Amino acid sequence: MTTEIQTTLRKTALHATHRALGARMTSFGGFELPLEYSGIIAEHLAVRTAAGLFDVSHMGQIEIRGREALALVQYVTSNDASRLAIGQAQYTALLYPQGTFADDLVLHKLADDHYFLCVNASNGEKDYDWIRQQNRFAATVENTSDRYTQLAVQGPRAAAILQPLTELDLSALRTYRFSFGKVLGVNCLVARTGYTGEDGFELYCDPAESEKLWNGLLKSGKSEGLLPVGLGARNTLRLEACYPLYGHEIDDTTTVWEARLDWICKLEKGEFIGRDALRAQKEKGLERILVGFEMRDRGIAREDYPVLIGGHVCGRVTSGSLAPWLKKNVGLAYVPVSASAPGTRLAIRIRGSEAPAEIVPTPFYRRAK
Amino acid sequence: MYPRDYRYTREHEWIKLEGDRATIGITHYAQEQLGDIVFVELPKPGAEFAGMEAFGTVESVKAVSELYSPVSGRVEEVNTSLNENPALLNQEPHGAAWLIKMRIKDPSELNSLLTAEQYEAFLQSGAPDTGAQAES
Repeated sequence: MTTEIQTTLRKTALHATHRALGARMTSFGGFELPLEYSGIIAEHLAVRTAAGLFDVSHMGQIEIRGREALALVQYVTSNDASRLAIGQAQYTALLYPQGTFADDLVLHKLADDHYFLCVNASNGEKDYDWIRQQNRFAATVENTSDRYTQLAVQGPRAAAILQPLTELDLSALRTYRFSFGKVLGVNCLVARTGYTGEDGFELYCDPAESEKLWNGLLKSGKSEGLLPVGLGARNTLRLEACYPLYGHEIDDTTTVWEARLDWICKLEKGEFIGRDALRAQKEKGLERILVGFEMRDRGIAREDYPVLIGGHVCGRVTSGSLAPWLKKNVGLAYVPVSASAPGTRLAIRIRGSEAPAEIVPTPFYRRAK
Repeated sequence: MYPRDYRYTREHEWIKLEGDRATIGITHYAQEQLGDIVFVELPKPGAEFAGMEAFGTVESVKAVSELYSPVSGRVEEVNTSLNENPALLNQEPHGAAWLIKMRIKDPSELNSLLTAEQYEAFLQSGAPDTGAQAES
């Protein structure tokens, strides 16, 4: 397999713990991380029906502090951070002047003068350098990635598993809100966020305490069906929920409009990097847009496979997989706007053959409220 | 673990010879490396393949892996039950989840393949490769 482990890969604080659990490891974003423990399908189904525990310590953290912290955040991100209350988080993006993505991230407002950004592993250094370059405000920017272990507890049983282990009242913690408190005696930032399409929490703590937290969660959650979950299922879960993954659906060639992330771009909030380009693209109209498709026959679409309409290549698959919960083969792709309506028939070229597919409404999966 | 009467390739296929008829599959190690197998694409009976030519594909949730014919021959039978139940490859890779049966051209081609002992030593030596292209 191409997932060779090199000695230069960084390890999370829980590396030995994953090995001891029998995880198969893979490289991702410069880290050696668990790909799977019991199997991608079993882990995926556990998150949809019970709960899963993820080590996502590869994610980067950047903190912005100071009198003009908000002004810097507003300038470098596309969503409107001025709407955030303390204790509230927001999905947003870091853009280039061309309106394309440097990264997508979750922004947490810790205080009026303190913001905490959770960014993609492979983009951490790049994001940090970019924000610092743009900083003409009374604000400091710090890369604090090494100070945090990040665990995710995701699934319909996540709250039931976590509540007995913490003094925090989780019923009062709404989606995209966070709070500070002890979990299993470990000081954590507990956020009701995630990347699976389920209810769940992300916990940030001192790496020195991560093993205590991980082992305690796994033990307590066992009777509720909690399984350790690797990157393999993390990817299939986010694909079913149609969450973009940097380097696949979004990158430095795509924009929020094309990726259907209009809701994280507030053109009227004031000046921000990429605004003018995005306004111009909106006025001009889009050429391509991200769609979801289902395969209509056997065969699995994979990243980079050509997408054809009427015999002509019109785009590429950005992500594709078996969707383990839906039991369908699905994918995401950029296609011309003129051929992006649900019901449009496509073909995906798989190893020289054209396999029929059809554009369907997204997300593929939405949890029942 | 690895049947003594089979021969093996470094790409993790096995072959069992009975007369000039061979049964071909993937090894336990291959299925373990691939993880949950969800799709198998096999040739039609009558297709001919040269030694180490790709004859099909096996896909797990995460990866696509080519299948290589250990020797030259003509496909006589295909395990169509794998279309409906590709996960059988995770359960019985050396038995019920065989892939194809071939009429082989030259039994001496098997001499260049690994014995069970050699294959096990090869696995222990590290750096084996299933040839799979992992996604993300």
